Amino acid sequence: MIVKENIATDAETGRETFVINIGPQHPATHGVLRVKMTMDGEYIVRAEPVVGYIHRMQEKMGENRTYAQYLPNTSRIDYLSAMTYTHAFVGAVERAARIQVPPRAEYIRVITSELNRISSHLVWWGAFLLDLGGFTPLLYAFDDREKILDLLEGITGSRLTYSYYRIGGLYNDVDDAFLKGTREFVHHMRPRLKMYRDLVTDNIILRKRLENIGPISAELCRKYGATGPVLRGSGVPYDVRRAEPYSVYPEFDFLIPTFPEGDSMARYRVRMEEMAQSLRIIEQALDKLPAGPVMADKVPRVLKLPAGDYCYAVEAARGRFMVCIVSDNKEIPYRVKLRTPCLSNLSLFEEASRGLLLPDALAVMGSLDLVIPDIDR
Amino acid sequence: MSSPAPEPKPAAPAVSPPGASAPPPPNPLPQIALPFQGVDHALKGYHADATVAPDQVVFAAEQMDRAGFAIDTITGVDWIAQQQMEIVYDFFHPVTGLRAVVRTRVPRDNPELPTISGVFPGANWHERETHDFFGIRFAGHPNLTPFLLPEDADYHPLRKDFTS
Repeated sequence: MIVKENIATDAETGRETFVINIGPQHPATHGVLRVKMTMDGEYIVRAEPVVGYIHRMQEKMGENRTYAQYLPNTSRIDYLSAMTYTHAFVGAVERAARIQVPPRAEYIRVITSELNRISSHLVWWGAFLLDLGGFTPLLYAFDDREKILDLLEGITGSRLTYSYYRIGGLYNDVDDAFLKGTREFVHHMRPRLKMYRDLVTDNIILRKRLENIGPISAELCRKYGATGPVLRGSGVPYDVRRAEPYSVYPEFDFLIPTFPEGDSMARYRVRMEEMAQSLRIIEQALDKLPAGPVMADKVPRVLKLPAGDYCYAVEAARGRFMVCIVSDNKEIPYRVKLRTPCLSNLSLFEEASRGLLLPDALAVMGSLDLVIPDIDR
Repeated sequence: MSSPAPEPKPAAPAVSPPGASAPPPPNPLPQIALPFQGVDHALKGYHADATVAPDQVVFAAEQMDRAGFAIDTITGVDWIAQQQMEIVYDFFHPVTGLRAVVRTRVPRDNPELPTISGVFPGANWHERETHDFFGIRFAGHPNLTPFLLPEDADYHPLRKDFTS
């Protein structure tokens, strides 16, 4: 890796620097993110992300509608990982109201969340490789993702912003077509992952672009609160599904992939391995799927949560997502806090990109897998 | 006597609501010099909760840093009835998975307290966001400018007396 050490000192001693502005409309930022880059030639002196271009004040919206009315908002924060985000919100409300969710509903939540994790990683994979100059993988990725979107559309009615989970259970039960199609997808996807490895992951051009590029240490992640594949790519096996077990995840046998290198390739490999683990979870959940209802009995149409604060964290595709609700025993929340992974993951970019070449910094940014509405909310 | 065969009873979900009368668990972080109290994670979503004075937040952050915790998030709550602003610091431990909450309150008419961005650089953006939404000033912050709101914003939308 080419890194310019003492880069700030050069700038201070009178070497001429210039500012280039990336975004807010730029293909490499995948959304309206702006990065103000102070450059010394091709090297980055300082890369300052400027965010807020798609800020919608989601937390204020939480303070003027009921819990059930706020539910669709939670699938529009990280639009690529909507299932897990809805899970965190319904989980927080169920925790506060002490609603016991039927096991069948929890199993279907796990199946659909893991399908959503794979579809989210596939979008990242295709778009990331497009950033790096490879066009073909995007077509493969979207082909496979289409199969997941069709499966989820069949049961939820939506292709992206699923509000499928309801407080106390699910919108509706899954049908045989979904169960059969999901099994077929698992069998279809395993050889595809092997093909992705042969075609792309082991490709020397990709490895030269990513290995040793933008190393992020576990300590840097801790100081910035980075989670998800970024933290696991720095060798820390932190996964909310294990650290704060929720839903029925403790009943499944799966690994937490970690790679100690901390470079862009490690973050890449974590996501590729996670897709295989998600397939394992889906297969086990399909095997063990219990019969029964998918909605708890007697969930009131208008909920009043007991006064207090309640948090619920999930492992979303990009890391730790947490909903905290403060209730004052009324029909609408007193305060809703959304802790999103992309904000914390991006916040370390300024430190991680110092001294990098500009094209390498874009590879590092892509390896963080940013979804901008997740930062801006 | 015969009765219809019972339906196979599915296993109970992992998170089942325990009884309301259960005593709070012991403090899981006795090694940290902060007034932590144990909290039932199944009920609240965190393991430990401490309230400190506003001028103690930097000390608290240093303690959490030394214990290996990571910064999770920082946010505020506007308690307009009590004329107070609450600032909530969330931490998680990347190895043990423990979740700890440190909270403090400042008077609503002068919401100011020290920044912890010197201890956790990741606090920088969370404090800017809290300043945006609540108008809480973090003294010593390197760049307390609008973060998510427009650059000329002079309003704080999560204050309970905010009107658009």
